Amino acid sequence: MTFNYDNVISDKVRSIRPSGIRKFFDLLDEMKGVVSLTVGQPDFVTPWHIRDAAIESIEKGRTYYTSNKGLAELREEISRYLNRRFGLNYSADDEIIVTVGGSEAIDLAIRALINPGDEVIIPLPAFVCYEPLVNLAGGVPVIINTKESDRFKLTAADLRAAITPKTKLLILPFPNNPTGAIMTAEDLEAVAAELRGTDIMILSDEIYAELTYGRQHVSIAALEGMRERTLIASGFSKAYAMTGWRLGYITAPAELTSQMFKIHQFALMCAPTASQYAAIEAMRNGDEDIEYMAEEYNRRRRYIVNGLRSIGIDCFEPEGAFYVYPNIARFGMTSEAFCEKLLYDYGVAIVPGTAFGDCGEGFARISYAYSVAHITTALDKLEKFTRDFGQFGT
Amino acid sequence: MKNFLQLLENDSRLTAEQLAVMCDKEVGDIKTLIEQYEQDGIILGYKTIVDWDKTDREYVTALIELKVAPQRDRGFDHVAEKIYNYPEVQSVYLMSGAYDLCVLIEGRTMREVAFFVANKLAPMEYIVSTATHFVLRKYKDKGVVYNGPEIDERGHSL
Repeated sequence: MTFNYDNVISDKVRSIRPSGIRKFFDLLDEMKGVVSLTVGQPDFVTPWHIRDAAIESIEKGRTYYTSNKGLAELREEISRYLNRRFGLNYSADDEIIVTVGGSEAIDLAIRALINPGDEVIIPLPAFVCYEPLVNLAGGVPVIINTKESDRFKLTAADLRAAITPKTKLLILPFPNNPTGAIMTAEDLEAVAAELRGTDIMILSDEIYAELTYGRQHVSIAALEGMRERTLIASGFSKAYAMTGWRLGYITAPAELTSQMFKIHQFALMCAPTASQYAAIEAMRNGDEDIEYMAEEYNRRRRYIVNGLRSIGIDCFEPEGAFYVYPNIARFGMTSEAFCEKLLYDYGVAIVPGTAFGDCGEGFARISYAYSVAHITTALDKLEKFTRDFGQFGT
Repeated sequence: MKNFLQLLENDSRLTAEQLAVMCDKEVGDIKTLIEQYEQDGIILGYKTIVDWDKTDREYVTALIELKVAPQRDRGFDHVAEKIYNYPEVQSVYLMSGAYDLCVLIEGRTMREVAFFVANKLAPMEYIVSTATHFVLRKYKDKGVVYNGPEIDERGHSL
């Protein structure tokens, strides 16, 4: 007798669409000799002194659970770090939870806030997790498609148009994956002005906060009247090249962290202990590493933007993260067809913009978390593509 | 301009055009700077890092510790100069600590290097003693790990 799994799977989970990009990645894995610019994580290895701190913690036998909300020492370091880098004040005692990556932080915030039917405003294109997590929580995603003409920022006008009496939460994914867009203090102030006097909460995903170029990242929590309604999800993955350590945190007023804490405690128990010791070292002695890596990304950013433009691929200038998001509409293909053609015929892999929302049609994401030599090889192949498809200057 | 020099030190094949874009400078300025650095002896040369172990070239590297009696008014400079003029000598450093000059030598065989030390270095005036250490394996040199090309093992995630 065959078991009918359709009867046992939760309706909510079944209704989540699997990520469409998976197929593309599977394809990529099977092909040999492809120059890939698809990866969404740093190419640096975690700095040795940070790795060494984790090794030492294991050697010393620190292989137990930590306190549910994370090592007190680490929460204190996070509190100091947020103050040092962004002028934010969060108490290590009851306003910070150490999580399993920034992803858990996002999940905690959404689950702690959303009742069935609550609307959650999500500016797209963005990282792919928000919509499914909102759906799982029974919320209703309300999409704002940001525009290239607005430099892919969230504008006050678009926000105003999306707000209804049911709006519970605004997600602010900046610096942005995939566009590389950032929100300046003025941009954020315009958003804040729309929210003052409402009960709308903000989940600010600041995982790329250390990767901004030419200006410092500003958190919306630093603006007047915003701290009490803001939850910041962040972590160690991008700034310290620690993606595999799965370590992040959420900060929010104590009334919120105490609620999120319940989910974290029962679902995850605590973040990996060795990773937490590594993170303490990162926060204490890692500022120079951050600067070194950010400088290196900045050079590659200038290099790839210049390279793309010089071969006739329009490119909005990204100011954060490690992606460029060129406009490929003039080649007259869908994003997916464009990327498949590049992959099959030219041996270069980039991610179609549609992987990040329907508004990504006409765009593609290119990661520059690669060496300059690798980027140069890819640009040469891209140039061949643009020559073959002519249309220069159209 | 420290950054620009470090970039060039890490990869001397970068063109002036590439450096200009990466450092947000004009190409002309970068070219002028490189020329200036070359004239001022700040940039001394451009070399390639080769892992000779992967070729059939026979060679051996030795590190030689030299104790040297310093000369009046000239210290160790004169002896150092006499040593570094030998083409076999790759590097000469003045050291603090237990010995004075550290000399790196490349030769085809251990015997060749040993003879060089015995016949050329040891008898030299002002040299008090020598100690020769042969390099058995290079793990990392000039910031480059001798592991061959790195494989990108990062998983796909958006």
